[in-house]
Amino acid sequence: MSMDMTQYLDVFLEESKEHLGNLNQQLLELEKNPGNLAALNEIFRAVHTLKGMSSTMGYEDLADLTHHMEDVLSELKEGLLQANSQVVDILFQCLDRAQLIIDQIESNGTADYNNQDLIRALSQIKEGRHINQAEGEEELLETAVEPALSGSFHFDFNDYDLTVLQEAVRKSYQVLSLRIAVDPASLMKSVRAFMVFKVLEEDCEVLKSIPAVPDLEDGKFDDNFDIVVITKQPAAVITDRLEHISEIRVERCEIINIGQLTVQHPVDTVSETMHEVEEHSDTKRTHKIKQTVRVDIDRLDSLMNLVGELVMHKGRLEQIGTSRKIVELNETIEQIDRISTDLQSVVMKVRMVPVEQVFNRFPRMVRDLAKELDKEIEFLVEGKETELDRTVIDEIGDPLVHLLRNAIDHGIELPAVRIQQGKPRMGTIILRARHEGNNVLIEVEDNGAGINIERVKQKAVEKGLVSSKEAGEMTTEQALDLLFSPGFSTAENVTDISGRGVGLDVVKSKIEAINGEIQVETKMGQGTKFKIKLPLTLAIIQALMVSVRDEIYAIPLSSVDETTMLSRDDIKLIQGQEVIVLRGNVLPLYRLDNLLEVPGESQSDDLYVVVVCKGDKQVGLVVDGLIGQQEIVIKSLGKFLAGIPGIAGAIVAGDGNVRLILDIATLF
Amino acid sequence: MQDVRNLPVEDAHHEDQEMQVVAFRLGNEEYAVDILFVQEIIRLLNITRVPRSGPHIEGVINLRGNIIPIVNLHSKFNLQAAEDQEDKRIIVFKWDEVQVGIIVDEVSEVIRIQGQDIEPATKVYGALEADHIKGIAKIDNRLLILLDLVKIFESGW
Repeated sequence: MSMDMTQYLDVFLEESKEHLGNLNQQLLELEKNPGNLAALNEIFRAVHTLKGMSSTMGYEDLADLTHHMEDVLSELKEGLLQANSQVVDILFQCLDRAQLIIDQIESNGTADYNNQDLIRALSQIKEGRHINQAEGEEELLETAVEPALSGSFHFDFNDYDLTVLQEAVRKSYQVLSLRIAVDPASLMKSVRAFMVFKVLEEDCEVLKSIPAVPDLEDGKFDDNFDIVVITKQPAAVITDRLEHISEIRVERCEIINIGQLTVQHPVDTVSETMHEVEEHSDTKRTHKIKQTVRVDIDRLDSLMNLVGELVMHKGRLEQIGTSRKIVELNETIEQIDRISTDLQSVVMKVRMVPVEQVFNRFPRMVRDLAKELDKEIEFLVEGKETELDRTVIDEIGDPLVHLLRNAIDHGIELPAVRIQQGKPRMGTIILRARHEGNNVLIEVEDNGAGINIERVKQKAVEKGLVSSKEAGEMTTEQALDLLFSPGFSTAENVTDISGRGVGLDVVKSKIEAINGEIQVETKMGQGTKFKIKLPLTLAIIQALMVSVRDEIYAIPLSSVDETTMLSRDDIKLIQGQEVIVLRGNVLPLYRLDNLLEVPGESQSDDLYVVVVCKGDKQVGLVVDGLIGQQEIVIKSLGKFLAGIPGIAGAIVAGDGNVRLILDIATLF
Repeated sequence: MQDVRNLPVEDAHHEDQEMQVVAFRLGNEEYAVDILFVQEIIRLLNITRVPRSGPHIEGVINLRGNIIPIVNLHSKFNLQAAEDQEDKRIIVFKWDEVQVGIIVDEVSEVIRIQGQDIEPATKVYGALEADHIKGIAKIDNRLLILLDLVKIFESGW
């Protein structure tokens, strides 16, 4: 690879992974519904882009493989081939291979895979088509279409196009055939072509173009190209509008007489097809208009820092404003306040990505695992547009893979067993994401066997995690908590899929590491639901600001249950430990000034108590005063001060001072 | 073969090497650090105490949105801090992406010192304290204690 290309390597890798993810998803869609043209077009487009990118980067193996995929796909597109399971399987294998190649490129910079096996398989599919063709099915189509189009140019309309044309004419649209010429001296042919489409998009539907749109976008055409459009505008208006684009000339504009075209298909399917066309052209349009930029997350972090700075100085300005009482100044400060609040939320939004990014790779995984285990599973994804901070997204993938594998392997029963139990043969797994207040909830739900609580207890006793007496007294919830203890796995057999020794404890610790929580609900014979609660972002949280003498600390609101005020007399002693009774519950009491060795003596007789939760236990924290709730931007204390128990990080307060964030889990 | 002849010359060259140091005062003693470690010198800011941190950690400050730990060298070197607050400064050092600040009683100047003017620390100090000290620089009548910041950073202050 030349030096020039290396700088594009990252972009290439990132984009190809994205395309592969998309391809997997669309291919699944196609497998479910072989007639889904939108999916097919999307697949075709992605494979085409992949081919273009890899050959530009000089990865000929990948380019060759994708080229052969494209061949098969274009036959699918033209209806010459059916997307049966054999074809889809081969295509899936191709995607896997492409993934391997890209992984290897990522680690070694080059790839050397022999793809002849897959290329042969792809060619066989194509040949298989040609055998069909010999049987005569194909020729019918071709002969029906070709004579219909006379003239100096030639479009390959297939039967699908014809039905669209027919419907268009019925709705009193006219069909125009245009030859667009681009000035041979033009330096940006592709841009000109793009502008032509942009102009046409206003009130025309581009039905067909030669060369195809992707080629036009890549500038792969000579000085002119042909298109067929459906429109209600007079031909002269269209021509005039196109000629207004610089370096563009309309060489010919003809109205196609659709009456000459023979259409073989019954009319009742037409409206449905038309609907699909609209849908497809919609996705194409948004694809063109939506422009994105890839940004290093570090740059976003520093942008966020700067915004934080700005907000902080705004706070100072506000203080000056209130003390000086200058009207003009205060008005300006209000403006700045609004702008900086907006700015902050925009920067936050920039960091948010839909969970789709993670969820998209699961349908494929579920399909493969289900096939491998001979289980029949319907996999539903809900709320994949729910957004989470990029840093959270990066961490959530592995735990979800684990839970899904569990659900497939241990949850859903074999079809025979399900029928025996009077359940539908096909099991269902639902992956669901949704907002709940300041959190995002992700649920993995299956309608499988459920968790056998007794079996869990028994296993825990066997493993020595609890004594049999303890196990006997456990509530269902406590027993389910055992699932998350290290070294616990109830799988009867160790399979390749799950139960490999890494258990739910790893899932739990991963989720807790990103300030999340995990819970499980189950009903014997009916299914299991894992609920994961995640913070929207790791960088900004809601916190309760409290004061102790002259110092101010932030307690994350996620660990605060409630606050209350007590007098000294309310405190009782149990074996030297201070406790309070709050609505019948006895809570141990810790004094923040003692825990943090805050200098000075408390003056007041009233005690403010912040009831915090550590795991499922409640503890009272005595502070001098409650300042209020605040949205805070978490900053790290840095390498030098990392790992102080009880301190989770720092914030820069509105007055420019640093305040520390308490980590309730390690405070006492 | 000519390398052998060059060896002593190179050593001499090392002694001749000129370095720039930032000189500052802690209590009644004068110290100096290699200017290459100094990121900036700022006036005193509010320092937030960090509970449960090391004995010589004064706290943290906010330097343009970055949280920077401040070390109290007075307590580390067992020196009395000056009463006068006016001249006090924070010197922020940066080494290997870690930033640390120290409070000094006064920043005097930037001085060029020659290698030959530096007396190895072991001659003056005990072995233990010498760990943090590169040597003593003699400038006219003044004695500057040259801190070995790499060692201080590596030992975690």
